[in-house]
Amino acid sequence: MLDVNEIRKDFPIFQRETKPGTRLIYLDSTATSQKPLLVIEAMDAYYRRSNANIHRGVHMLAEEATSLYEEARVKIARFINAPSAHQVIYTRNTTESINLVAYSWARANLKSGDLVILTEMEHHSNLVPWQILQAERGIELGFIPVTEDGLLDLDEYKTLLSRGPKLVSFTHMSNVLGTINPAAEIIRLAHEAGAVTLVDAAQSVPHLKVDVQALGTDFLAFSAHKMCGPTGIGVLYGKMELLEAMPPFLGGGDMIKEVKLRSFRTNALPYKFEAGTPAIAEAVGFGAAVDYLSSLGMDAIAAHEHEITEYALERLEEIPGVNVFGPSAQHKGGVAAFTLDGVHPHDVAQILDQDGIAVRAGHHCAQPLHEKFGLPATSRASFYLYNTKEEVDLLVSGIYKVKELFG
Amino acid sequence: MDDLYREVIIEHYKHPGYRGHLDPHDVQFADSNPLCGDHIEITLRTDHQGHVADARFDGRGCAISQASADLLMEAIIGKPIEEIKQLNRQDILDMLGIDLGPVRLKCALLSLKVLKAGVYGLGEASDSLVE
Ligand SMILES: Cc1ncc(COP(=O)(O)O)c(C=O)c1O
Repeated sequence: MLDVNEIRKDFPIFQRETKPGTRLIYLDSTATSQKPLLVIEAMDAYYRRSNANIHRGVHMLAEEATSLYEEARVKIARFINAPSAHQVIYTRNTTESINLVAYSWARANLKSGDLVILTEMEHHSNLVPWQILQAERGIELGFIPVTEDGLLDLDEYKTLLSRGPKLVSFTHMSNVLGTINPAAEIIRLAHEAGAVTLVDAAQSVPHLKVDVQALGTDFLAFSAHKMCGPTGIGVLYGKMELLEAMPPFLGGGDMIKEVKLRSFRTNALPYKFEAGTPAIAEAVGFGAAVDYLSSLGMDAIAAHEHEITEYALERLEEIPGVNVFGPSAQHKGGVAAFTLDGVHPHDVAQILDQDGIAVRAGHHCAQPLHEKFGLPATSRASFYLYNTKEEVDLLVSGIYKVKELFG
Repeated sequence: MDDLYREVIIEHYKHPGYRGHLDPHDVQFADSNPLCGDHIEITLRTDHQGHVADARFDGRGCAISQASADLLMEAIIGKPIEEIKQLNRQDILDMLGIDLGPVRLKCALLSLKVLKAGVYGLGEASDSLVE
């Protein structure tokens, strides 16, 4: 089990008060996680001691910066059990990783009438790139429906698969319902149907042990900022054969081996997809974040979150007028999206904020999912390794306060 | 209990005086804030001197958006249309008597945006109406 009180000491932000005497209760890690001191210090040390542009330089700092940048890639590769660090491409975030696949792989491989399967619980970042391609190329989009209890309807998925899709792109864990989808099974079925797979792992890699080889996925995307790392850096993992065959995405420095006035040759993986000066300090911070999570153990983190989530669902459901969305704790990560009868989610979030409780209100970049459930918005509390049951209790008393005010 | 949810806001939210829809009307406009699903429709009747004879709002959303719509309707009845065209962000904040961050400001200003798009006879409500 995690020693949460010790863990909280690793995060400087928990020392701050939102106003005198009110401590911060941060229940918005699904949007972005807080950062441990070790990550902040790694980036700080990089800028103080090693800052230089990477790769081409031969001076000491350039060598050092390059090593740090590449060591982080190796750590990240190990963290998701990628066969090689060359398959770990740095991007800005999950969104850019998905767009990389949409712009490079999909434009080289999809034509009018080709079917791409998504789900009804996707974040906008795994919808809009495909909608753009639909308008541009005339590809077709099919959606695995979400059941009343927030699970994917796998029978409908099998029906969709019989239409011969080219790509199945889905979220490993919903950022609203919290549903942890059976990724390995979805991928196996997709492969049997001859489709390529892309996993939006923005919410899974931070919270669960994710092994890309065990999953067998072709592509997988995630962001550092949701897993104790900095903003501005993410990863696209891909299978070697696919990445090698893909045309470059952005053109410029670093992604080339040789440039003539009218032509270029692309660089080897992963540099082929890393045009321009990348987020170097962020890569260093990302590596430190992965070290931090590994030292605690992803299984222990997942177990802690599960315990908190189970407790939170139990307590929230006791409150008259509160309706929690998504499946039971058994199928769910640390997310509780809810409504309170008669009170708009904005008002709920704002009143909780007065007591230092940070929850999110809105459609959480999953507007179609909210429409499916007939809701313009929900309030969402989410939990990570540093959250406690005591914080859940404070959330619950906060909601009672809201009810009183609007009662 | 706290500043943002002053009694006046909760009161106008729970017991709005000007919720409804005027039929017939001289001005009608509706818009929503897709980020949170707030939606406001405003209908107005004007008299021969170009004053607002009556005004109603309808819609759904957070307390801030609904209360500011109700307060706005109350404020404009009897006023010349030309004067309404001059209303701005600060007028709304003064009515609410609170200060708002950028996210909630959008909620508070939705009704003014709808009202101005309506009285100007615009096809679309743009944020520049309430700058
Ligand atoms: C499921 C899911 N996919 C994608 C994203 C997008 O991540 P980013 O904004 O880091 O690109 C998020 C973040 O909110 C998410 O929760």
